[in-house]
Amino acid sequence: MQREKMTENAKVLAQRALADHIYDLTLEAPQIAAASSAGQFVSVYTHNPAKLLPRPISLCGIDRAAGRLRLVYRVTGEKAGTAEFSRLAPGDTVRLLGPLGNGFTVLPKKRAFLVGGGIGVPPMLQLAKDIRSGTAQGLSGEPCEMHIFMGYRDASAFLLDEFRQQADCFAATEDGSVGTKGNVINAIEESGCQADVIYACGPTPMLRALKSYAAEHDMRCFVSMEERMACGIGACLACVCGSEEKDAHTNVNNRRVCREGPVFDAREVIL
Amino acid sequence: MSRLSVNIAGVEWKNPVTVASGTFGSGAEYSEFVDLSRLGAVTTKGVANVPWPGNPTPRVAEVYGGMLNAVGLQNPGIDLFLERDVPFLKQFDTRIIVNVCGHEKKEYAAVAERLSDAPVDMLEVNISCPNVTEGGIAFGTDPRSAEEITREVKRYAKQPVIMKLSPNVTDITEIARAVESGGADAVSLINTITGMKIDVESRRFVLANKTGGMSGPSIHPVAVRMVYQCAQVLRVPIIGMGGIMTAEDAIELMLAGAAAVSVGTANFVNPRASLEIVEGIEAYLKRHGISDVKELVGAVRE
Repeated sequence: MQREKMTENAKVLAQRALADHIYDLTLEAPQIAAASSAGQFVSVYTHNPAKLLPRPISLCGIDRAAGRLRLVYRVTGEKAGTAEFSRLAPGDTVRLLGPLGNGFTVLPKKRAFLVGGGIGVPPMLQLAKDIRSGTAQGLSGEPCEMHIFMGYRDASAFLLDEFRQQADCFAATEDGSVGTKGNVINAIEESGCQADVIYACGPTPMLRALKSYAAEHDMRCFVSMEERMACGIGACLACVCGSEEKDAHTNVNNRRVCREGPVFDAREVIL
Repeated sequence: MSRLSVNIAGVEWKNPVTVASGTFGSGAEYSEFVDLSRLGAVTTKGVANVPWPGNPTPRVAEVYGGMLNAVGLQNPGIDLFLERDVPFLKQFDTRIIVNVCGHEKKEYAAVAERLSDAPVDMLEVNISCPNVTEGGIAFGTDPRSAEEITREVKRYAKQPVIMKLSPNVTDITEIARAVESGGADAVSLINTITGMKIDVESRRFVLANKTGGMSGPSIHPVAVRMVYQCAQVLRVPIIGMGGIMTAEDAIELMLAGAAAVSVGTANFVNPRASLEIVEGIEAYLKRHGISDVKELVGAVRE
């Protein structure tokens, strides 16, 4: 689903560090917030004219009533554009382009697994809230049964406490410091929970594993993908992923992550 | 009001601003931000005789003051382009320039022939893409090939032909002269400059293609120099491009000798950049009491 996109000068309301290199930024951006839904993203411009391209960042929180967006993002290096974002303080402004991409569409009355891994964890929080309240794209007021599985490298386990407020929540960590030692598939298996559909965001190996898991268990699976972007709106064809079928727009076996995605039916994309 | 219109190879544009091929798709995405009828022309992404899948990802990387791309001319092919993209652009009161790409002469010719009865205003021939292994830049770096491909496309094209030149050559005026002798009605320059980026932590190439075309404000001075050099030797008009971020950058290229300009990477930085540059040129003319934008072309003072 495509909505109106716009640029907006957002005002920084708050920022804090959640874990090593992970920051939590709250912005006042009423126009974009009003048009956004879970699984969409915004492109964030730096103030450095030598860093031209906006950084695509997923929406961790959308508060339409208050006109606020919450971005939880990782600083990828000392000189990265995201390092500049981490120094934003209340009262500063930052330019956004959004909302971009399609967001998650939830299948009504289907038991859901919400799965996040690493910096793919944040967008799943708004989705969890929207599924719980029955307001997610695709739902008409009725919540779905859901279980949440979040994978982390270590005990940082950012946002886990907030996921726990939404539904039964299981964690997996590579070092075993929180929850299951291993990955999200291990956590799903250990939980003994069952579902009809998986909604996921995270690193490609995780998405690939979930796609296979879903196929083996006769489940649907929707994955939010990540790729290097330039324009963010579907014009430049930088951020494509391979597709099983010929894509209607590109006329080749490529789909635009920023436009038709970032959320795809796992069966339709090559992971 | 100053006159903004320009005449490029017999085609009247309402103002001298178009967008650089590959940065703007066929206009649909940016039409959500820019009224395409306010641009002098829309230059489409390169189109070939059949669909091309392009290169593996990552296809883009940011560099200081610019970016590298190696999209590899992914395109839907001329059939879908004619069926979908041309009718879309016809809704707007702007000139349509179709960028044509191919691996070999007959592929370029096939596209030009298919476009000959299409309602498009000009063809721009990409003989300078650094991101495909065959064709593209191979034609653009050798004067004889450049002249031959120009002649070949001219044989099939009904519309004026713009040859897009590569900066990845020792002497761009040599290629410019060659395409002019081949019958080019205009030239556009510069395409991207071939670059490379390596991630020092992982010791890997950042782009899947290893090399990519560099664009953005850091290449602008190269564009100014090359447009100036070509303007000294050509009779046909020059469409200047390369790192235009502001109206001042566009005017600089016009003073160097460009009759029109293309806005490329700036679209990614600000989706309304092309339109803001039109408005900025208008404001500059007013501020300087210049009645006709054409007075700027080649008007740099020695």
